[in-house]
Amino acid sequence: MKKNPERSQKIAFFFLLLANLLIVVPVGLIIVIIVAKGFPALTWEFISQMPRQGMRAGGIFPAIIGTIYLVGGAILFALPIGVLAAIYLCEYATHSRMSRVVKLAIVNLAGVPSVVYGLFGLALFVVFCKFGVSILSGALTLGIMILPIIITASREALESVPPAFREVSLSLGASKWQTIRNIVLPNAIPGILTGAILGLGRASGETAPILFTVAAFYLPRLPSSVFDQVMALPYHLYVISTQVPNVDEKIRYGTALVLLLLVLFMNSVAILIRNKFRKQKRW
Amino acid sequence: MRKCKEWIIEKLVFLCGMASIVFVGLIFLFLLKEGLALFATVNPLEFLAGKKWYPISEPPQMGILPLILGSLLVTVGAAVISVPIGVSCAIYIAEVAPASIKNKLKAGIELLAAIPSVVLGFIGMVTLVPWIKQLFHLPTGLTALSGSIMLAFMAMPTIVSIAEDALYSVPKSYREGALALGATHWQAIYRVIVPAASSGIVAAVMLGIGRVIGETMAVMMITGNSAVMPESILQPVRTLTATIAAEMGEAVVGSEHYFGLFAVGIVLFVISFMINVTADLFLHKNRS
Repeated sequence: MKKNPERSQKIAFFFLLLANLLIVVPVGLIIVIIVAKGFPALTWEFISQMPRQGMRAGGIFPAIIGTIYLVGGAILFALPIGVLAAIYLCEYATHSRMSRVVKLAIVNLAGVPSVVYGLFGLALFVVFCKFGVSILSGALTLGIMILPIIITASREALESVPPAFREVSLSLGASKWQTIRNIVLPNAIPGILTGAILGLGRASGETAPILFTVAAFYLPRLPSSVFDQVMALPYHLYVISTQVPNVDEKIRYGTALVLLLLVLFMNSVAILIRNKFRKQKRW
Repeated sequence: MRKCKEWIIEKLVFLCGMASIVFVGLIFLFLLKEGLALFATVNPLEFLAGKKWYPISEPPQMGILPLILGSLLVTVGAAVISVPIGVSCAIYIAEVAPASIKNKLKAGIELLAAIPSVVLGFIGMVTLVPWIKQLFHLPTGLTALSGSIMLAFMAMPTIVSIAEDALYSVPKSYREGALALGATHWQAIYRVIVPAASSGIVAAVMLGIGRVIGETMAVMMITGNSAVMPESILQPVRTLTATIAAEMGEAVVGSEHYFGLFAVGIVLFVISFMINVTADLFLHKNRS
């Protein structure tokens, strides 16, 4: 048979499309299953009440609050450091040898397995700093984990501000820091915000880093200080789906749905901000 | 006054710039500090090549070979599934798909990347695991194969997005040149564009594999967690990551078991460090 390039192209493109469907269709199915089975559980009581009867009844309120405290603490820690680190890379140390090393460190920080962050948090914050198994230890561990996301997003945002903006400001007599604070940063805010929210989404879904640093198995009350343990949504889902027998399927799916909605909500907010400001850009 | 303020701010910015290096250093330091204590009592060679992991028996047996092989088996399985699909997907998105479909596909893949691993693990438990059990008539569906399939999904967003970037950065003139010489679009893709983007694609595959080795929650929920030497892919296994996550809660701080789990952490850290540095080299080779 003679080789027919047109036909082999058709066959090849068919398989390429098939590869896409193999990813996208299961993703759609996963979302549909969780929404369909979790939606009936999603009542006001489920969201606003304490768990009862060893987590087999009642709501998931403390887990939701715990996750909010943890990601709030993580972002308070990571955002200032991350933005300043990005400023260092973009404005102070451009193309120096040091910046190459810093970038490599960021890549590695992003690649450290999440459970290793958990070990690190346990050794440094819980044991060495004596913070104990607490919100503080968990939030700091999550903060270090999302640092690379925030630095990378902030760096892209700062780099997209045209150099002419800086030159004009400097030529008018502004100092370097005045230029950064008044000209560069305001123009980079949307990008930085996008990165921060993506970091929040990541932190709220991670389980392994909080396993030994903060997460409580079953604690039907709210924390009173940063040295308290809390329940957290992802760990709660793990617990009720593997550790506690005879949990109603509805509660499991409901918890998965709440976690999924929380993460997807943050991601879509980040994407909306990005798209909105991309359109507004005047340069 | 102004000079002084500038100086303080410059130092502060520098300190934060160094933060990533400091944290990577601290992670390694604390892993070493706790993990190396194990080797006062256990021979490093026995630790790496021992076939028995009974950390709380008397005397404890700390051989992580079954865990290493468990991780390896699950990772190879996931790579076999995710690499061809992921790279094909990236080629389709970067080269073939019309703009409207392209955005939808990219949104779908971003969605997958956003789903927390514990949710994927849960879905794997309730759908994939019973299905595997029925399909192969097994006593349990919690097998290395289930883990591989689920992990393949988690690696794909990484592989697709980085491979796609690499394909985009191939100069347009390459493709135009190939088409002008009479090649079909497909011939241009597999003879010119993919080879030109090859180092970026290699980096994408490596980072995807790095993601799989480090993945913890989903793997702990669906691979069955039995720390024995794996013989087949249809058998429960236990990975390095799952061992730490499952056992650290019970280990007493300062015990041999606790040190042993940190030593497992060192192994993981070293593996991911090597993967990331090599992938970074490949990415830079592509750019220059």
